[in-house]
Amino acid sequence: MVNTKVTLSGIEISNPIIPASGTFGFGYEFAELYDINLLGTFSFKGTTKDPRFGNPTPRIAETASGMLNSVGLQNPGVERVISEELPKLKKCFKKLVMANVSGFAVEDYAYTCRMLDSEEQIGWFEVNISCPNVHGGGLAFGTSAKNAEAVTKAVKKVTSKPVFIKLSPNVTNITEIAKACEAAGADGVSLINTLLGMRIDLKTKKPILANKMGGFSGPAIKPVALRMVYQVYDAVKIPIIGMGGISTAEDVIEMMLAGATAVQVGAANLVDPFACKTIIEDLPRVMEKYKINNLTDIIGGAH
Amino acid sequence: MTQGIYKVKSNICIAPNVFRMELLGDTEALTRPGQFINIKIDGLYLRRPISVCDYSDGLITIIYKVVGEGTEILSRCAENDELDVLVGLGNGFDTEKPSEKPLLVGGGVGIPPLYKLCRELLEQGKAVSVILGFNTKSEIFYEAEFKALGADVTVTTVDGSYGVKGFVTTAMADTDYDFFYTCGPEPMFRAIEGAVDVSGQYSFEERMGCGFGACMGCSCKTKYGNKRICKDGPVLDREEIIW
Repeated sequence: MVNTKVTLSGIEISNPIIPASGTFGFGYEFAELYDINLLGTFSFKGTTKDPRFGNPTPRIAETASGMLNSVGLQNPGVERVISEELPKLKKCFKKLVMANVSGFAVEDYAYTCRMLDSEEQIGWFEVNISCPNVHGGGLAFGTSAKNAEAVTKAVKKVTSKPVFIKLSPNVTNITEIAKACEAAGADGVSLINTLLGMRIDLKTKKPILANKMGGFSGPAIKPVALRMVYQVYDAVKIPIIGMGGISTAEDVIEMMLAGATAVQVGAANLVDPFACKTIIEDLPRVMEKYKINNLTDIIGGAH
Repeated sequence: MTQGIYKVKSNICIAPNVFRMELLGDTEALTRPGQFINIKIDGLYLRRPISVCDYSDGLITIIYKVVGEGTEILSRCAENDELDVLVGLGNGFDTEKPSEKPLLVGGGVGIPPLYKLCRELLEQGKAVSVILGFNTKSEIFYEAEFKALGADVTVTTVDGSYGVKGFVTTAMADTDYDFFYTCGPEPMFRAIEGAVDVSGQYSFEERMGCGFGACMGCSCKTKYGNKRICKDGPVLDREEIIW
């Protein structure tokens, strides 16, 4: 019998597979398809202080081995997440969930995390600092070590739960940002968020996405994600949740060898709603094939 | 929604660039006309959402137009090919709407989902009128099939090469109806919205990520809040739409 358990900031999860934020809603859509309690945990839809519709449509485009999205953090806002979404989630998911939080100012992040902190079902915070629209000059939080530090400190002040900072790959040196988060007290880092990309429609000769640019995800970005997780693993001591193009149990092992303690699955959920279930079911067989008894033993094994 | 492997029974060209495909497999997840299926295409990442034209026990009929890479590959599928399909997506049309004389208005490749709807409304004993809008005579498909169901069918062509010359709204002016169902391009919707004074349902189209409500890629604003075209739609009531 192989052991798929991993420990994420002191909390043991049955396996390292975590559906990524924005691809799994608040879980209950998928609970209609399979028992989502077989997941290690999942990261719920990015939640902001105020309700958001997001960007105009079209906000999805296809790429070779991947896709672009410019959804723009559509969510009902933290109050309705607490009053409407979390009660629905509680009915179908008995484990701890990861609260994905986003914002447009340091105070927004702190407000949203403070509101969610008393929710018992939340085991971890995943703070998304990869959003392109922020106050003070339009630079993404995730692209400045100073901002990353400020957000991390502000969130750590309002919660005692483990805080993972979700990093943008659209930076010159991701290790600097990761180090800034670690120094500011982050319990871990999640990477990578989507890469900024574009597709152009040859018929209209204009970008397909109404927002022109969007986040690039899917198997096409996996090598970039592996490289960044590998680099960050060398730079920090806090655990890494690795993601970017993960679609198979083999991908999970590859990402853990690069340095991830747990692994998120994003775009794959959208093309195959059973992707996470299949990966979890395949994992023991693939572990046996590669002579892995304990998944924790392989974290960072490629270094 | 269910996921399954479906076998292609037939896949034939019924009008320029328009194909009808019959798929064999489980149809239990289909509960209403106007729902759609989402087909995995070899070599492409995202599935392709296609509206269901008709379904009966174990058989799904779709009609699609070749508009890009995905539908082009689909058009080359042969008998006995197998496709990975998500079935039973979307809300579909509400056939229980109070109406004695429903009108079905389809524009081009928006026509297919109205076929099963037409059949169900006729089975309820309603007097169904159908207006099928095309650009020109060579594009016409399914006129005979709708007539065979027993509906009162009018075809319009923009260039007047067949049937009533003009847009669907031209024919609507001469039709007696107390409710309408429509599927087609958005400019047609806007023309209809300006021409009707009864309640109705519109079936919308949008670029989708997942097709089952997870990614929020196809959201729209309505008078009753944000809705996902794939899950809360594609059919919306006239009263809730913000134009």
